[in-house]
Amino acid sequence: MQYEAPQTLDAAVALLADARGAARVLAGGTDLLVQLRSGAIEPDLVVDIKRIDELKKITAEDGGYRIGAAVSGAELGEHEGVRALWPGVVEATELIGSTQVQGRATMAGNLCNASPAADSVPAMVAADATARIVGPDGVRDTSVRDVATGPGQTSLGRGEIVVSIFLPARPARSGDAYLRFIPRTEMDIAVVGAAVSVSLDDEGTCVAARVSLGAVAARVLLVDEGARVLIGTKLDDDALQALAAAASAACSPINDKRGTIEFRTDVAGVLARRAAQTAFERAKG
Amino acid sequence: MLDKTKDPVAERDFKVVGTRPVRPDGVDKVTGRARFGADISAPGMLVGKVKRSPHAHAKLVSIDTEKALALPGVKAVVTRDDFAENKKQCDVLRNIMAREKVLYDGHAVAAVAATSATVARKALKLIEVEYDVLPHVIDVDEAMKPGAPLLHDDMITKGVDPEPETASNIAQRYEFGHGDVEKGFAEADVVVERDFKTAAAHQGYIEPHACLASFTPDGQGELWCCTQGHYAIRGFCADLLGMDISKLRVTASEIGGGFGGKTTVFLEPLALALSRKTGRPVKMVMSREEVFRASGPTASTSSRVKVGATKDGKITAGEAEFRYQGGAFKGSPVQFGAMCAFACYALENVKTVGYDVVTNRPKQAAYRAPGAPMAAFAVESVIEELAVELSIDPVELRLINAAEEGDQSSFGPTFPRIGLVETLEATKAHEHFSAPLGPNQGRGIASGYWFNFGGATSVSLNIQPDGTVALAVGTPDIGGSRASMSLMAAEELGIAYEKVKAIVADTASLGYNEVSHGSRVTFASGLATIEAARNAKKILCARAAKMWEIPEEAVEWVDGHARPAGANAGDFEPMSLADIAKVAEQTGGPISGHQEHNASGAGASFATHMVDVEVDPETGRAHVVRYTAVQDAGKAIHPSYVEGQFQGGAAQGVGWALNEEYIYNDDGRLENPGFLDYRIPVCSDLPMLDTVIVEVPNPGHPYGVRGVGETGIVPPMAAIANAVSAAAGVRMTELPMSPPKLLKAINAKKANGSA
Ligand SMILES: Cc1cc2nc3c(=O)[nH]c(=O)nc-3n(C[C@H](O)[C@H](O)[C@H](O)COP(=O)(O)OP(=O)(O)OC[C@H]3O[C@@H](n4cnc5c(N)ncnc54)[C@H](O)[C@@H]3O)c2cc1C
Repeated sequence: MQYEAPQTLDAAVALLADARGAARVLAGGTDLLVQLRSGAIEPDLVVDIKRIDELKKITAEDGGYRIGAAVSGAELGEHEGVRALWPGVVEATELIGSTQVQGRATMAGNLCNASPAADSVPAMVAADATARIVGPDGVRDTSVRDVATGPGQTSLGRGEIVVSIFLPARPARSGDAYLRFIPRTEMDIAVVGAAVSVSLDDEGTCVAARVSLGAVAARVLLVDEGARVLIGTKLDDDALQALAAAASAACSPINDKRGTIEFRTDVAGVLARRAAQTAFERAKG
Repeated sequence: MLDKTKDPVAERDFKVVGTRPVRPDGVDKVTGRARFGADISAPGMLVGKVKRSPHAHAKLVSIDTEKALALPGVKAVVTRDDFAENKKQCDVLRNIMAREKVLYDGHAVAAVAATSATVARKALKLIEVEYDVLPHVIDVDEAMKPGAPLLHDDMITKGVDPEPETASNIAQRYEFGHGDVEKGFAEADVVVERDFKTAAAHQGYIEPHACLASFTPDGQGELWCCTQGHYAIRGFCADLLGMDISKLRVTASEIGGGFGGKTTVFLEPLALALSRKTGRPVKMVMSREEVFRASGPTASTSSRVKVGATKDGKITAGEAEFRYQGGAFKGSPVQFGAMCAFACYALENVKTVGYDVVTNRPKQAAYRAPGAPMAAFAVESVIEELAVELSIDPVELRLINAAEEGDQSSFGPTFPRIGLVETLEATKAHEHFSAPLGPNQGRGIASGYWFNFGGATSVSLNIQPDGTVALAVGTPDIGGSRASMSLMAAEELGIAYEKVKAIVADTASLGYNEVSHGSRVTFASGLATIEAARNAKKILCARAAKMWEIPEEAVEWVDGHARPAGANAGDFEPMSLADIAKVAEQTGGPISGHQEHNASGAGASFATHMVDVEVDPETGRAHVVRYTAVQDAGKAIHPSYVEGQFQGGAAQGVGWALNEEYIYNDDGRLENPGFLDYRIPVCSDLPMLDTVIVEVPNPGHPYGVRGVGETGIVPPMAAIANAVSAAAGVRMTELPMSPPKLLKAINAKKANGSA
């Protein structure tokens, strides 16, 4: 296995595009190294992107923020601007692993690992984030929703790298939140994840909403019906009940060692409701 | 001979015993210098790895090692053909290396030694194994049914009269008790009867099994490994390899947890066989996945418990049936479960029956108080329900029926002085007992018992010329025992703790020592340490007598000094241990004390645990918010390490109660062989685990010591189940009480309630 740590994006893309055999991008490595050690993957080339300066930055852009693909969870968590604008995305990213894992793990890695249970992804989907991708054919932007296509599968072409995640601007009186269910208090994989983002008008009525669920289908879900039942309400009990029902209805989970279909479906509703309440409180300021 | 009437503990004024000095192995452990199983290397060392069965049950048709042996860097492969049949160790032999059949997912079929881990891994893939897959059985109740897939064609259930004519998966039936339970139930005003299930749990030691074996051409073997008992490992290995015990020297490394799971062999005989074949040292280390699939978790169980009582809380009868599967070979701890089940209570009518069952899972190994926690979970849950039905406080109900000195135990013997009542009283007196509960919280209480063991022990104590003391014990230190041994030696000799240095000696240096299990170390090695010190003191006194030219009987040992026993003996300045040691060469040579014995008189330890749990009624998540463990230590030699044992038992109990379980898929493969999905508690899952040490001296030990290592895991599951059931308003009878299970029960109750 060959290990490379190029200092420019062009060099990284070239290495990946020219690779014979299997090649992998290495960001924090908190998924990749585990997979390497267990023998689950045996790549011929690993390209470390942590030496590429432009991928290590968080920059303000059009009222939103562009987060480089090599920015760790800990670095993101210390960024006042992102915290203030998208607290739900930051809290979701900070849930990944432990203090040690936070020093390494990236949002882009969480996205590209393509686990349906990835914690930051529902929050990014609720935030309507886009991923910027650079490859042998140039640059393209795509919705984060379209990066993972199934467990462990992505839409990235040969030689393509996610270089940044863009979290857009949002109106005043907006808020987001992410909650996950794990049997323990940390160091666990989400059995269900739920993210909700809302914007309110001056009266406190919800005018825009996005609801996203993780770990309840082969891909992270965007639940349009969940958003629809919130819009036009002040998130009263009926609206929250309707949200819970919509969230549960959207689930198509599996029975596995982490939870049953019944459990995941039930808890998705509960968490969507609780996340919506927090997002609402944050939006009210 | 030990005189048990001497040293009345209650009157004894201890000087160093009962203090909390830093453990001698502490600095090495916190700085990373300590050498654990995988930390030793040897020149020319090869790496050994094991090929394991992917099937739960299959005939082992053939093993072709040709391609693997042809791979450059591969030095040897061993299979079943490299081990001779061994009638005495027939199951151990078949567990370390499959013979006729593979009996569980992960069962070893071959082992390879190569120049690197990469080559060894490649070689494993080149070993071709032909299996003839057979139907398998995982669940204990399924395994007992007629027509279940049979693991062993010749397993005829023992303990049944008349002997069955056909083979089954039931290895043995046990029965304990006295009185007439039918009569007892007839006298009861209330009877509670319930079925229970518990999942298989792993000890969860952080350090995987590891060893380094070296075999010389003249047939001498050396083994370095992490184990709770290197003498036992030596015995197993010498037997399986067909060599003299004295030709195999085993050294125990530091140990990163064992909890009973490191009391037998897995890799060690394979490493020795590979080393014998190659003539080079071979190191083997299990991966975490191998630890889960192929070491020795504890049994999963199924049981039924029935208890009857009168209106005023007197239990009139207790009856229980326990079914434990112990994996692919006989020897589940059901016998202990059936014995301990009702040990807390003085009952006129009691009967317990146990079935030892085999299934297609790894052979179980001991896990703290083997068998008792599952039985206590069932019995103590029923006792709690009885308390609710009778409107009697659960501690009161236990006090009414508690076993005391002179009561006949449910498994036969009459109890000597024991401390259950004291733990119950201490629980009642604790501030936690009456603290208010928050919303969705429930409180649970349970008691537990474990026998504790003594056994073969050999200790050597050497007085050095500078007045310090080297203490060699043969019981690996799994819980701070080097500190406790040093405290006892210092106490007995009347010197400072810092003057004693305790080590765990290898198998060539001392007589046979039983494994560090059965909560025996502080009791048995401690007893031997005290006796060895007393023997050394006799010599010290004799040397002083020689110098003073008075009879030996005229010298006594007081406060670390030899002094004339009375005015008649003469007037001499007392001599300290250091004074005598300094001139030992002139007075007869080195001074040592030894003790070799088979320790009896291990005092049983009882515990009562109290726990508050909060349940999220919408997700079924249970969180422990407060915990108090009360246990009888007899005499706490080093209170911090005693508390550590109580806390460790409680923490492991929380995991077993709430989330830990072996999950198998339909093919009989283990689905969660790692700490991600085999969920032991993480730090933030636990509140501060409070402890109360109760000291009811054990008459069988000069300082009153009772072992404390195991009892602490007996009550937690029942206490937590009682708390969860109170918080959720539904009785939980299956472990683990994982969120999906608990939510389902809560929702079912809601549905029933509204219907
Ligand atoms: C102890 C532990 C706890 C964990 N807990 C959680 C948790 O609570 N929640 C959770 O969601 N995850 C958890 N994880 C998984 C992991 O930490 C996260 O998925 C993390 O975000 C991955 O980021 P990374 O930078 O380490 O990715 P890497 O391991 O470096 O990469 C992950 C995958 O994405 C690819 N990749 C990475 N970056 C790019 C890129 N820029 N462009 C294209 N492909 C890329 C890699 O090739 C690889 O296939 C845990 C892992 C560990 C070891």
